[in-house]
Amino acid sequence: MCGIVGLYMKNPALEPELGRLFAPMLIEMSDRGPDSAGIAIYHDPLEDEGAVKLTLFHPDDDFDWEELVGFLGEDLQQSATVHAIASHAVLISDGDADLLTQAILGYNPKLQVMSTGRVIEIYKETGLPAAVARRFALEAMGGSHVIGHTRMATESAVTTAGSHPFSTGLDLCLVHNGSLSNHNWLRSTLERRYGLVCRTENDTEVAAAYLTAKLLEGRTLHQALEDSIDDLDGFYTFCVGTADGFAVLRDPIACKPAILAETKDWVAMASEYRALTGLPGVGDARVWEPEPATVYSWGWEAA
Amino acid sequence: MKSNVDIVDLAKVELREANAVLQQHNAGGRAAHFKVLNPEGAHALACGLDAPVIVEIDGHTGYYCAGMNKTAEITISGNAGPGVAENMMSGTVHVLGDASQYAGASGHGGLLVIDGNASSRCGISMKGIDIVVAGDIGHMSAFMAQAGRLVVLGDVGADFGDSIYEAKLFVRGKVKSLGADCIEKNMADEHRDELAELLARAQVDANPEDFKRYGSARKLYNFHIDNVGAY
Repeated sequence: MCGIVGLYMKNPALEPELGRLFAPMLIEMSDRGPDSAGIAIYHDPLEDEGAVKLTLFHPDDDFDWEELVGFLGEDLQQSATVHAIASHAVLISDGDADLLTQAILGYNPKLQVMSTGRVIEIYKETGLPAAVARRFALEAMGGSHVIGHTRMATESAVTTAGSHPFSTGLDLCLVHNGSLSNHNWLRSTLERRYGLVCRTENDTEVAAAYLTAKLLEGRTLHQALEDSIDDLDGFYTFCVGTADGFAVLRDPIACKPAILAETKDWVAMASEYRALTGLPGVGDARVWEPEPATVYSWGWEAA
Repeated sequence: MKSNVDIVDLAKVELREANAVLQQHNAGGRAAHFKVLNPEGAHALACGLDAPVIVEIDGHTGYYCAGMNKTAEITISGNAGPGVAENMMSGTVHVLGDASQYAGASGHGGLLVIDGNASSRCGISMKGIDIVVAGDIGHMSAFMAQAGRLVVLGDVGADFGDSIYEAKLFVRGKVKSLGADCIEKNMADEHRDELAELLARAQVDANPEDFKRYGSARKLYNFHIDNVGAY
């Protein structure tokens, strides 16, 4: 089943309220996905052009992140700062995202890189959405926009790595409600043709890698999503987070639900209307169901 | 507001309790009038009613509102989630906003009126229900529709009426494509009269002359006499 929620603030004055307004949306979708939850939040953009922000995960909350920073300094001559939040940590450095990722994964086999970019941070865990939101103090987070997912696992294990959102490149991520039927073929094709290696058995990770491959080919995000209508077989409602907005796409059959709502202050997306009822002014919002096989996007150039 | 209207406020009572209040006259079949406040997208609201009660729901509803309805008259002043009036037996369900997927699915009787649009699979497997949609409807609508009538004032999505049996489909707007074995049929006076009566009952203002009728070509396997021997 799974639940998807997204909230984008058109009015910057509401940005400090992002987490407080979004947490109830995520928690309302617990019935649709009680085994894991995750968010991709876009906040605190780095001012330095050359800097990069990585969200890292280690299953041990007491993992020594400062030691990792020390290792990066010695091994890569890369200075970095790190800020731990439960099982995750945000690492900021002026190094190259790919080199940092390789070094970090090589440093400890249990480490995972959840996101890379200048704005995005991804937090995800197994457990009830309310527990996950509490663990990462979601309510206290501000930001311009956030997308989230509550998971009811079907095709792969209930693990942190199998939870959504999935990173699809710098400041990009994907959440998915549905199931893809050609992901095994696609996984091997992406690895062979683009050298993109999926780390889990999860079908959504393959869709994320597919979008990454299309972007590497020079397609815009809008084009890449339209390409996916032809190339991805199965059921899906996708929500894609970008540095300055988000996009929504449903497959042509569109049996996975989605609802959109918009006011002058915000745009919201959810699997069901009941996730939106706490938003300010929702009673006067324009509420509609996105059409099948149609890309909807906010905040970025729909080229 | 009239004094004999009972308020059921979902901001104050649980969904189960609200449904129990709405269903309290089921056994005796007594007439009553309820107003439901703050539905907030709740699932399975006002389901299984089996008495001539009037229920006015003030807001948007979630999955399966007014399912299995029998004799009740239910109005939703908002949008309805997936499966509104699913398997309705009789009575009336009126959605003032839009309806999501499979509105009126497998309904046996009664009247479902949607003032806005309905999305995909509207009237799927309908078995006698009448559905009138003032706006557009989505793809795969009236799939395997067995009996009843579906009237659409707006446009219709792809694969309309696929594998249809005896249901009658009337469309004023454009049909993107017809499904397997669904064809346009002639509009005779009897069909215009039937449609006029239904539009009047739904209180929808439209001229029957502007509609086209669709139905089964009766060419699929089940309709071939040669296949009777298979059983």
